[in-house]
Amino acid sequence: MVEFSLWDIVRNLLLAGRWTVVLSLIAFSGGAVVAAALLLARLARLPGADTVVGLYVQLFQGTPLLMQLFLAYFGLALFGMNVSAWVAASVALTLYTSAFLTEIWRGCVNAVPRGQWEASAALAMNLGEQLRHVIAPQALRVAVAPTVGFLVQVVKATALASVIGFVELTKAGTMISNATFRPFAVYACLALMYFGLCYPISAWSRSLERKLSGHR
Amino acid sequence: MIAFDFPAVLAEWPLLARGLGATVALTAVSAPIGVGVGVACAWARLHGPRGLRTAVGIYVELIRNTPFIVQLFFLFFGLPGLGVKLAPEVASLLAMTVNLGAYAAEIVRAGVAATPRGQIEAAHSLALNEWQTYTRVVLPPALKRVWPALVSQIIIVMLGSAVCGQISTPELSYAANLIQSRNFRAFEAFLIAAGIYLLACVALRRLLNWIGPRFIFGR
Repeated sequence: MVEFSLWDIVRNLLLAGRWTVVLSLIAFSGGAVVAAALLLARLARLPGADTVVGLYVQLFQGTPLLMQLFLAYFGLALFGMNVSAWVAASVALTLYTSAFLTEIWRGCVNAVPRGQWEASAALAMNLGEQLRHVIAPQALRVAVAPTVGFLVQVVKATALASVIGFVELTKAGTMISNATFRPFAVYACLALMYFGLCYPISAWSRSLERKLSGHR
Repeated sequence: MIAFDFPAVLAEWPLLARGLGATVALTAVSAPIGVGVGVACAWARLHGPRGLRTAVGIYVELIRNTPFIVQLFFLFFGLPGLGVKLAPEVASLLAMTVNLGAYAAEIVRAGVAATPRGQIEAAHSLALNEWQTYTRVVLPPALKRVWPALVSQIIIVMLGSAVCGQISTPELSYAANLIQSRNFRAFEAFLIAAGIYLLACVALRRLLNWIGPRFIFGR
């Protein structure tokens, strides 16, 4: 009979925590790219973009992330792709993240007064120039705090990837709990580890919010 | 060519219906209690004694910075280590309520903090006591201000309940899982379940937007 110390539990959770961090970064950066593309399609007034993006957002915000993960896992396999839990989790979380980020950023762009659009149009700027020189600098200021805040949601969302067999913090916690028969200690450590990961980001987001709204 | 077989899944509609019923029941119980916890915590954080204020602050931050699935697993798998055994349904309800309570506390607090001071002073000058002031003067407009955010949070908790199937609570995603283990139509089963969740989400938003002005904070 092997005895497991608390340090064994913590060390193994920390090792698995790497994959939570990596998956969060993949989902967040991938989601940011897709979200930016969707937002640009809307701002450029591509025909039908408003309806399609609105539907996309409603679809991902109105269904459980767990179902999205299962659908990515089993759906990609239908197309003859050999999906690992890595691919399925990355795809599902990227799409999920993009649906939220594109809505957040659209709100930030809408927060820029209309007159700024009109003034820059009157200076004969095209859409690219308007965005680069006038809209983006102002919208980005508003966007920083909620975007960082959403990063917390992404980190927490990666916990669901454990359900399709992706070995990150939560899955590792379940496995360690099954091996050590110390569920209370393991799940308490697990929760504290997520807290240690998320709380600094929350606090950072809050301080950004204070800093950026104070300079008016 | 991919061949879909939706009828094979739809033939199991009694399972889906029972699953949806359980999801609705979980939400119907946890939402009002969770919002109640949130209102109480919002009061405690703004007006409570110092110790209580800190305790509520820790509760809110701890819940808001850990994933729901970990909270659920902690209640269901972790607590038996201390001798507290919960049935899956009870653990699910408790996790959903505790989770919603923390988020609702922050949302309601924001609404309460935005109350103009003059309103409270006016209530005091009319000889209303603290309790009357809070429940009759401060709370209704505060809830009205934050109702959209509260509705969204309740919907997030309803969608989050899909995870409760992982501890064998027989809700909608559990039913979908059961069906796909019987006929191996995984994609179809989860697609239909996702569709039902989407409809439930739209219906719940409408219901709450209807209930709010009529029963919670008046017009």
